Amino acid sequence: MTDPGFAMTADAAKPAPRNRPGGTGPPDLFDKFQPLIDQREALLSTGLTDPFNLVMTAVESPTVAICNGQRTILLGTYNYMGQTFDPDVIAAGKQALDEFGSGTTGSRVLNGTYSGHRECEEALKRFYGFDHAMVFSTGYQANLGIISTMAGKDDYVILDIDSHASIYDGCALGNAQIVAFRHNDVAALEKRLKRLPAEAGKLVVLEGVYSMLGDTAPLKEMVEICKANGAMVLVDEAHSMGFIGEHGRGVAEEQGVLDQVDFVIGTFSKSVGTVGGFCVSNHPKFEILRLVCRPYVFTASLPPSVVATAAVSIDALAGASAKRAQLWASSRRLHAGLKALGFTLGTDEPQSAIIAVIMPDLERGAAMWEALLHEGLYVNLARPPATPAGMTLLRCSLCALHTDEQVTQILVMFEAAGRKVGVIG
Amino acid sequence: MTDRDETKDAILAQVADFNKKGIAVGEDTRFAQDLEWDSLTVMDFVAAVEDEFDIIITMNRAAEIETVGALVDAVGELKGAA
Repeated sequence: MTDPGFAMTADAAKPAPRNRPGGTGPPDLFDKFQPLIDQREALLSTGLTDPFNLVMTAVESPTVAICNGQRTILLGTYNYMGQTFDPDVIAAGKQALDEFGSGTTGSRVLNGTYSGHRECEEALKRFYGFDHAMVFSTGYQANLGIISTMAGKDDYVILDIDSHASIYDGCALGNAQIVAFRHNDVAALEKRLKRLPAEAGKLVVLEGVYSMLGDTAPLKEMVEICKANGAMVLVDEAHSMGFIGEHGRGVAEEQGVLDQVDFVIGTFSKSVGTVGGFCVSNHPKFEILRLVCRPYVFTASLPPSVVATAAVSIDALAGASAKRAQLWASSRRLHAGLKALGFTLGTDEPQSAIIAVIMPDLERGAAMWEALLHEGLYVNLARPPATPAGMTLLRCSLCALHTDEQVTQILVMFEAAGRKVGVIG
Repeated sequence: MTDRDETKDAILAQVADFNKKGIAVGEDTRFAQDLEWDSLTVMDFVAAVEDEFDIIITMNRAAEIETVGALVDAVGELKGAA
């Protein structure tokens, strides 16, 4: 969750220290960041490796890289399906670089639509079985663009309080009325929908997998309630595409409601293995968005090599059931193993390829992150305000190409680091 | 007792449920600075007030509400509009 913007929260009330000690100069706009600067300095002064400044100098495969000079197993990349080194994907990118150059230098609506962009949109339509697809330069921009453009001044956006930053930012960019409901709470969503004026336009924004704890949404119940109350539904499937559902179309497919979803938002920077974002829809008027959606219009399109790799990768994901099975097996094994070691996890059962290990506080979370890195394991350190309820998390995301041997090594590393830092007994 | 008094009493009762630090509460009490609520507590509190009065307090609206008194006024207005 990002700061939902209530004036009523303590976070919003933090005084912005204005005058620097002894300073008499004009106000420094950086002063508002002083509490964060102080917190970082205090943490790093203990000699801790900066968790937000890691450099990979070589990448051997989707699961192994040289991080800060040391050979490291990657367990925090969102590279769920391991497509980044797929030979067909790489070949397509190289060919597009040779034939179309390094970049388009233009907007999709001007000089920035090449045949590769169209082919990529065709691949998405095939993958989802939807009528329309629109490719954005990033997943962040896809949410930013669709939410801010679809919900106008008198419309309502109804969203889960734990929504991703790009969803909140889409709300902030637009000028709709924003209504939040408690995370994954079906009754809270229904109550709010029923209280809104029947004639008002409503867009309910949900996520298939919530990326912080790795839990999935009860989409079946929620989508049905939205439809019964005259709301359009957007589902962000960033963390489920390629992996969840029989054809990898996400949680909405798995729960049998994909055909009732008005907009599916996704990204190329996770299972697809490159960068970019998209929206697919069956709405007959969808194509008009290409002219009115500012985060689509006022930015350069993706480079030809990127859309070429994405198109090949998306086609491959449709038939990747063996990889999906392997990823589920690894997720279950890692979840059970970490639980048995005594770690507190974000979900009781594995619901996705994300396993969140809950740390007692930021200090021990950062120490544990560093201890794991010394063991040769990279995970994501996630901290407020990105996390719900002020939690510090070590977020692990598995890849279909993690071997059983690597999962065994990962558990050994977690045990060693956990005992060293005192997170487990 | 006026409508506003009734609304105020009901809101004060809700505030009391979430006021774990036992801070003295009046119309001028500020949610963030005085009650020191985190975003999750605010979320639950707003939901409780919404349920009590069967209204919606949008995030746009909540962003402008700093004090208990301002919330009493906002709820009165939203009730009237319903």
